[in-house]
Amino acid sequence: MAVCIAVIAKENYPLYIRSVPTQNELKFHYTVHTSLDVVEEKISAVGKSLGDQRELYLGLLYPTEDYKVYGYVTNSKVKFVIVVDSSNTSLRDNEIRSMFRKLHNSFTDVMCNPFHNPGDPIQSKAFDGIVSGMMTQTG
Amino acid sequence: MESLTLSDVEQKYYSDLFVYCDTDNTKKVASNGRVLDLFRAAQLPSEVVLQITELCGATRLGHFGRSQFYIALKLIAIAQSGLPLRVESLNSVKDLPLPRFVVGKNEAEARHAALYQDTDSQGLYPASATAVIPRPPGRTHQNKKSTSALPVHEAIQPLAPSIEPQPEPTSPVVSPHQSPPTSPHSWRKHKRQHSGGNVERQPVVAAPSAVWTHFRETQTGPASADGMWSSHSPPPSGPESWVSFTADTPPSSTVPAMHPSSVQESTTIRTVASAATTNEIQRQTSAYDDPWKITDEQRQYYVNQFKTIQPDLTGFIPGSAAKEFFTKSKLPILELSHIWELSDFDKDGALTLDEFCAAFHLVVARKNGYDLPEKLPESLMPKLIDLDDSAEVPEPPADAVYSASPVEVTPSKSPSMPSLNQAWPEMNQSNEQWETFSERSSSSQTLTQFDSNIAPADPDTAIVHPVPIRMTPSKIHMQEMELKRTGSEHNHPTSPLLTKPPELSEDAKLPASMKFVAANTAGDGYSSSDSFTSDQEPITRQRSQSGTSPEPLKVVAPPPPPPRPHPSHSRSSSLDMNRTFAASSATGQTQQSAIAYPPAVPPRPLPTQTSVPLTGHRVDAEAVPGGGAVLTATSPQQIPQQPNFADFSQFQAFAASEQPSSLPEVDKHSEGGQVDKAPEGAGPLRTVKSDGQADERVSTTVNSVKGSSGPIAPPPKPVRRRLKSEDELRPEDEQHGLQKSNVIAAVLATQPSIPRSLGKDKKAIQASIRRNKETNTVLARLNSELQQQLKDLLEERISLEVQLEQLRPFSHL
Repeated sequence: MAVCIAVIAKENYPLYIRSVPTQNELKFHYTVHTSLDVVEEKISAVGKSLGDQRELYLGLLYPTEDYKVYGYVTNSKVKFVIVVDSSNTSLRDNEIRSMFRKLHNSFTDVMCNPFHNPGDPIQSKAFDGIVSGMMTQTG
Repeated sequence: MESLTLSDVEQKYYSDLFVYCDTDNTKKVASNGRVLDLFRAAQLPSEVVLQITELCGATRLGHFGRSQFYIALKLIAIAQSGLPLRVESLNSVKDLPLPRFVVGKNEAEARHAALYQDTDSQGLYPASATAVIPRPPGRTHQNKKSTSALPVHEAIQPLAPSIEPQPEPTSPVVSPHQSPPTSPHSWRKHKRQHSGGNVERQPVVAAPSAVWTHFRETQTGPASADGMWSSHSPPPSGPESWVSFTADTPPSSTVPAMHPSSVQESTTIRTVASAATTNEIQRQTSAYDDPWKITDEQRQYYVNQFKTIQPDLTGFIPGSAAKEFFTKSKLPILELSHIWELSDFDKDGALTLDEFCAAFHLVVARKNGYDLPEKLPESLMPKLIDLDDSAEVPEPPADAVYSASPVEVTPSKSPSMPSLNQAWPEMNQSNEQWETFSERSSSSQTLTQFDSNIAPADPDTAIVHPVPIRMTPSKIHMQEMELKRTGSEHNHPTSPLLTKPPELSEDAKLPASMKFVAANTAGDGYSSSDSFTSDQEPITRQRSQSGTSPEPLKVVAPPPPPPRPHPSHSRSSSLDMNRTFAASSATGQTQQSAIAYPPAVPPRPLPTQTSVPLTGHRVDAEAVPGGGAVLTATSPQQIPQQPNFADFSQFQAFAASEQPSSLPEVDKHSEGGQVDKAPEGAGPLRTVKSDGQADERVSTTVNSVKGSSGPIAPPPKPVRRRLKSEDELRPEDEQHGLQKSNVIAAVLATQPSIPRSLGKDKKAIQASIRRNKETNTVLARLNSELQQQLKDLLEERISLEVQLEQLRPFSHL
């Protein structure tokens, strides 16, 4: 079960961040922030060599004793970060991938909305719904 | 609990009641308090009520689940109608009137009042509404018509009015749709919009519409009641006042609770003309007005607005244009964004007419104070594309085939009741919408376009299932021979082959040289080829013909859909001999090339054959029609004659020329299955041409060389030799040989034209290219072998000649 889901814009500021409220949200914000460094590192490492054929799914960014952080970056440098609780039965990679895919899809839908200005915080209810669904159920 | 079957009316009614009792909004349990109140309102003796609760199982569960509640309601109805309470009677009693509840308070409530207020306050909305909001004029109070005149606006009340006319008149508030407070904004909106024309809503007992209609009528009436909307402060406490209304408006009370906040509701309903209500009562509760339903006036307005942006009703409004348009409504961007999310059903960033109407409707609702639902109400869902109208659904986005099944609209915000109402009326109401949608979608040009694309131009070549043609050269040769025969001369009786004799003949004639005059004699082969003329042949023939006809003849019908002919040829094994026969049919060649011949069959006992033919050839030098021997003999002769032995093009030409002559041979070959070799040999040559044909030609030429100036003598393969031997039987071989050269030349000439038909079927082409390449390699190998043999043969020939010379002097001596 994801405990925190965040969408980071290209300029590395959050477009959307939501955590399971039971925990200290600030901690997750910090975690996501630190994970950005890892994301950047992964992007730069792979990007140049393979050109633009970079894998969107970055995989496990780094684990801590409590949780694991997964990353996903789009071609427009929008990053999705999912923090999952380690105590959970470890989610399979596929599940994480599908979560990212869903996130990406709903993010795309949000972007398609002409009333949404890219760069604005995401205030779409549909997006919220998707995220909530991901946070409440297992992964 | 025993299964309970409810009629539609009952279903809706019960559902509304349940919602009403569902104060906790859990949708699962009806709070006991409310339920008990309700039961009390049923005016049944308390024992009966107790009995009912027991029967329905609530006592067991301790609470009223939905099923229990329904059962209880049914039992109440049974009890009210005087029937004994029995569990069995639940399903057995038919036409049970709906349970009646004397709702003293909040029942009719605001619904009606609200409606009224609605109408009253309509003026408010227009004011608030920007130009965007079309307050359908009809909606205004002016429509206060008598109930009878009320046209049913939204077919909300599908239910037969008959359902419970009686209870309604009697019970003031039939439907405890109370929850006026819970009624979603939609109701409000409903009111607003319908206040005018919608009032006509039949006074469905529960249908808010009914209320509205009542309102309308009552508008004239006191309407005053409680501060209609203007007050907007419907004191929920004003049940009393409402009650009075209910008295006036007997049934209509069913109006599903209007918004609690819908102050408006409270008052208006009251006065709902009782008269109107009576009529409306006909409607039945079941027909809840769908607050989100778009009335005709509204729809028309929306359509007009759509046209201003996008004249084509089947087109889309791009997101940017829609954004500007809706921004004019001065709603906050966030809400507009939400509206967009709801209405852009297919998430394509553009609005179709349906989506636009839905969005517009939501904007109107919002402007009138209704809260936006969480999900798109069913009535606003874009209609599915009418699949019946077109084979495919070209309509990309729109109307995503959204089934009209009542979607569970459960806006978290709006009370469940409206959603329930929507569910049912949806089915009925949406029908019109759906119909309209389907009309629209069906009329989309894309659909028709698509269809046209599908239809193959040439029925013959239409999606003809590519019949796998045996690649045995024999067959192919036979086909070719047949074709050539028919084409050149007579219409060979072989019917299958003659399927298109005229065309064939034309094609055959094209390559001038393709004169199978001599081939006539090869009729035998043709006859035998008849066997070959399987269905496949004619089919392929047809295909090829279709393909070829355009090319060489340009006389035949317009080129068939490119793909058509290809399937037959693209298949590796299928050799469109027709083409090759046509000689000129470059396409045929291409096709043929596409046809990958099976790997070259290991050369049969060539040496024997070659030697034999050679000798035979010699002997028969004069007697040209030496058949195979002659042919073989000729082949060596031809070989030397063919300086450009390795000239593939020549081979092709040769093959082409050989075709006619090779036909008879082909027959044999095919029988012998040796054609494979022939094709292989010719493979490299004929990448473009039908390999088989070339082989055949070559072989035939070789065979028929006998004396004929077979253009290319080199037996492409030992198979050729064999063919030649077979050809021995064909006297005409020689002639063929000559023709072959011509044919070959013609073939060569036609080669360039091959590629044309392939253009279409890229895949087939690529596959055929692959096959051809493979064949090429094989054939190249064979070619080298054959050349080797050729050299040997030449040697032999020379030696034989020498011998002859030596003999002659003796004889002469």
